[in-house]
Amino acid sequence: MTAGARPAAAMPPAAPAGERARWWLGRTAIYTALIVWTVVCLFPIYWTLTTSFKAAPNVMRGDLVPWLDYAIDWRGWRSIGLSPDTIFQTSTVRDEFMKRFMNSLVVSLGASALAIVIGSLAAYGLTRFRYRWLWMRNADISFFFLSQMILPPVVLALPFLVLYRELDLRDTLSGLVMLYTLMVLPIVIWIMRDQFDAIPVELEEAALVDGLSTWGAFVAIVLPIALPGMVAAFVLSMILCWNEYFFAALLASTNSSTLPVMVASQTGSQGISWWSMAALSTAAILPLIIVAIALERYIIKGMTAGAVK
Amino acid sequence: MAENPVLNYGETTPGRRRLGRSIVRAATALLALTALYQSLFALGATTSGFASWRPVLYAYGLWGVALGVAQVVAHGEQGKRALFILPAVLFTVAMVIFPTLFGFYIALTDWNLASQDGMRFNGLANVRQMLADPFFRNALGNMVFYVAMVLVEYVIAFGLALLLNAQIRARKFFRVAFLLPLMLSPVAVSWMIGKSMMEVRFGPLANFLKWLGVESPSFFGSPWIAKLSIQAMDAWTFIPFMMIMLLAGLQALPKDVTEAAQVDGANAWQTFWGVTFPLMIPVSITAIVLRIIFKLKIADIIINVTAGGPGGATDSVTSFIFREYRDRSNVGYGTMLAMTYLILIILFITLLLKLVNRWRRSFA
Repeated sequence: MTAGARPAAAMPPAAPAGERARWWLGRTAIYTALIVWTVVCLFPIYWTLTTSFKAAPNVMRGDLVPWLDYAIDWRGWRSIGLSPDTIFQTSTVRDEFMKRFMNSLVVSLGASALAIVIGSLAAYGLTRFRYRWLWMRNADISFFFLSQMILPPVVLALPFLVLYRELDLRDTLSGLVMLYTLMVLPIVIWIMRDQFDAIPVELEEAALVDGLSTWGAFVAIVLPIALPGMVAAFVLSMILCWNEYFFAALLASTNSSTLPVMVASQTGSQGISWWSMAALSTAAILPLIIVAIALERYIIKGMTAGAVK
Repeated sequence: MAENPVLNYGETTPGRRRLGRSIVRAATALLALTALYQSLFALGATTSGFASWRPVLYAYGLWGVALGVAQVVAHGEQGKRALFILPAVLFTVAMVIFPTLFGFYIALTDWNLASQDGMRFNGLANVRQMLADPFFRNALGNMVFYVAMVLVEYVIAFGLALLLNAQIRARKFFRVAFLLPLMLSPVAVSWMIGKSMMEVRFGPLANFLKWLGVESPSFFGSPWIAKLSIQAMDAWTFIPFMMIMLLAGLQALPKDVTEAAQVDGANAWQTFWGVTFPLMIPVSITAIVLRIIFKLKIADIIINVTAGGPGGATDSVTSFIFREYRDRSNVGYGTMLAMTYLILIILFITLLLKLVNRWRRSFA
C-alpha cells in the first residue's frame, strides 16, 4: 500500500482487484454508517418541522412527505399567530409566545454575559497570579469553582424558591439570570482557564515593561487574543441557558417563564394538538439550529477546551 | 509578574492599610445592621422594616464592592490582582454556600407548602422516612442504570468520532448534522421524540417497528423498555458531546505513530487496539467523567415524557424530587432527599476521580 499522508483517502492506483474490492467495501461501509446516523440525527427535526404543517388526519395517518402525502396546512402556526394570514394581525397567542421567546432570549443572553465577565476575570486571575486565602491556594480555588459543576440543580431548587420569595426575586428575570449564571460559571471558567493558559505570559510582561498596568495589559493585550475562546464559552452558555427547564419550571410563573416551560405546559392539557405543539417546538429549537450551523466552529472549540492537552 | 510568589502584603504604607481595614469594617457593619434591622422586623420584634429582604442583598453587593476597594487601597497593585477573582468568589459563595446550608436546615423540618402549619423542626424523622421509602431506593437504582449506560454511549460516540475522522467528503456537513441533537432542549426532545415519534398509534418510530414486524409496539408500557426509551432519548441528545471531545482527541493524535504501525504490517483492527485506543484513554476519561456528571442531573425528559412511570420505572432522583415538590408540596422531605443525593454524588465523584487517577498512574 502506498502510505501517503492520508493512507485511506485515495484508492491505490495500481492495486490488485482484491484490494480494490476491499477499498470499495470500506468506503461503502463508512458512508452507509454516516448516512444512517445523519438520518437518526435529523429525522426528529424533520418530523417536527413537517408535523407543524399537518392537519389532524395527516397526523393520524403518519404521513411523512409534505406536498406528496399531504397538503400544507397552516393551523399549527396559526395557533401561535405566526401563519401567513395571522402574522400581520394582532394576536394574543403570538404576544404570549413572543413574551416567552423574549424572556428566554433576555435570560440566556444576560446570564451568559454575566458569566463570561466574572468567569473570564476569575480564570485569568487563576492562571496568572497566585492567591492565598486561609488554607486555600490557586488549585483549591479552581477546584472550588469547578466542583460547582457536579451540584445537581435539585439541591438548590428549594432553597432558592424560599430565598427568592424573601428577596422578592421570585418570578423575575433577574432572579433567573443569577441562577443561570451560577449554572454556567464553572463551564466558563473551565473553558477560559484553558484559553488563558495557551497565551504566553511574555506578551503581558512586554506590555508591563511598556508601562501598562496589570488591568491595562489584560484589557489591551490578553482580551483580544482570548476573544475566540470567549465567544465559544458564550455560545455554549447561551445554549445551556436557552434550554434550561428545571429551575424555570419551579421558579417562574406568569411573568418570567421561558420558552421550554411554555412548550412543556402545552402537553396534556386538553388532548394534544400535534400541529401546534410541533409549531411551538420548531419555533423553540430553530434559533439554536441556526446558531449551531453558523457558529459550529466555536461550539466545538468550547467543548474541546481542556479535553486535549 | 506571574513569577511573583504570593500576594505580597508589605508594599503600601501602614496608613493605607488602616484605611482599607476601616472600609471593610464600615461595610461589614452596614451589612450586619441591615440584616439585623430586617430580621428583627421579620421576627416581629420591631414594627418598621423593608417590604422584602432585597435591601440586604444590595447591602451584600455594596459590601463586595467595599471589599474590592479596600483591597486596592490597602495593597495597591497587589490588591488589584485580587479584583480578578473577587467577583466570582463572592457571587458563588452567596449563591451556593448559603442556599446549601439553608437546604440542610429545611431537610430537617416537616414542611408541607399545602398545609397551614408552616415549617416545623422534626430532627431526623425525614431520614427515617427516607430509609423506608422504596421509591427513593428505586430512583437511586435507576440512576445506576442510567450512569452505567454512559459506557454504551461512549462506544457509539467513539465509533462516530472514528467515522468523522476517516477520510470522507462533506465532513463539515456530517459534523454539523451529528452535533445538532445537542442543541435541542430536552423539553423539545421529549415532545418531538417521546410524545410524537414514539406515539404508539401513528408515530413514525412505532410505524417503523410495525414494518419490521413487531406486534403493537409500545415504548413506555413495560418497565425495562420504558427505561431504555428514556435512555435512548437522553443518549441521542448527549452522544454528540462525547463524540466532539473524542474527535478532538483523534485529530490531536500524532499521525506518524499510526503510520508506523501500518508500515510494520499491523491491520486496521490491530492499529486501533494497539496504538489509537491507548493514546485516546486520557481524552476518553475526561469525556466519560464529564458525561457522568451531566447524566447525574437527568430529569427534564423524564418529567415531561413519563413523569417517572410506569410505576417509577423511569424515575431519576431529580424527577422524583421534582414531583415530591410540585405535586405533593412536600418540601421538607424532598429537600432531605436532595441533600442526601448531593452527598452521594460527592462521594461517588470523589471515588471515581480517585480510581481514575490511580488507574491512570499505574497505566502510564
